[in-house]
Amino acid sequence: MSAIDGKALILAFSALGAGLAMIGTLGTGIGQGIAAGKAAEAVARQPDAQGDIIRTLLLGDAVAETSAIYCLIIALILIFANPLARLL
Amino acid sequence: MEFFPRVVFILPLFGINIPVTETVVVTWGIMAGLIIFGYVAGKNFERIPHGLQNVVEILYEGLEGLIKSTMGEGKDGFVPYIGTLAMFLAVANLIGLLTFRPPTADLSTTLTLAGITFVLTQYEGLKRKGVTGYIKGFFEPLPFMAPLNVIGQIANPFSMAFRLFGNILGGMIIMGLVYSVVPVLIPAPLHFYFDVFAGVLQTFIFIMLTMTFVTMAAD
Repeated sequence: MSAIDGKALILAFSALGAGLAMIGTLGTGIGQGIAAGKAAEAVARQPDAQGDIIRTLLLGDAVAETSAIYCLIIALILIFANPLARLL
Repeated sequence: MEFFPRVVFILPLFGINIPVTETVVVTWGIMAGLIIFGYVAGKNFERIPHGLQNVVEILYEGLEGLIKSTMGEGKDGFVPYIGTLAMFLAVANLIGLLTFRPPTADLSTTLTLAGITFVLTQYEGLKRKGVTGYIKGFFEPLPFMAPLNVIGQIANPFSMAFRLFGNILGGMIIMGLVYSVVPVLIPAPLHFYFDVFAGVLQTFIFIMLTMTFVTMAAD
């Protein structure tokens, strides 16, 4: 078996790291689901306020999504603009 | 589905070669389009609107209503800025449908826009509360929370910029992957979600966050 060179090792682990980074979106998915469920409850209780509820939901989801977006950006950087591969 | 925007041409200026990327060229195109649209739509307004004037008035009144309901009364001065932001972002996010690379898929664009909003927020806070009130605002609710408040203020434009950038670039990359697997039929409906829905939603969220931050800074 030939020896694995350092660059291939770094690339392989970067790909693994990108995949692992996306695990962080799990919490965002659950959180947004809870928020959407609460919004559905709120609309059922008060159908008149639907516009306000949807606007608040979207704004809250946008803020909650931040952590998922950071995970995505870390994964994208690891795949497309890997800073570690340049160290070798 | 390249991560970095392609360099279209190199502009030699004062002996320095400036690489002009796709982002800049598409932004120029959008700017030209919006300026021509504004000129044509606003050329001859009449008392009784017809044709294009109806469309423009619906857009303006919708935006004005949104600003009034989010920021409260007496904030009409923000309509031009928020309106420009909404128009530019909507066109920029949707331009992927015309096979161009969206300018918002470049961190430079989104960070610049978020930076403008950040400066506006701080300026509004300084103007409404005065210098002492503005500085005092950082020491509330407890004095030792000042560093946290400063970090919180600085983090806002970055989270806004990364949110827009990540959403648009993520959609672009997923579409690129789908196209490389199945080039026909399947990707078409996905454009509705990744380009139309995500693009319009991110535009809405960006202007809503801008309005919320400015309102929060003022009181």
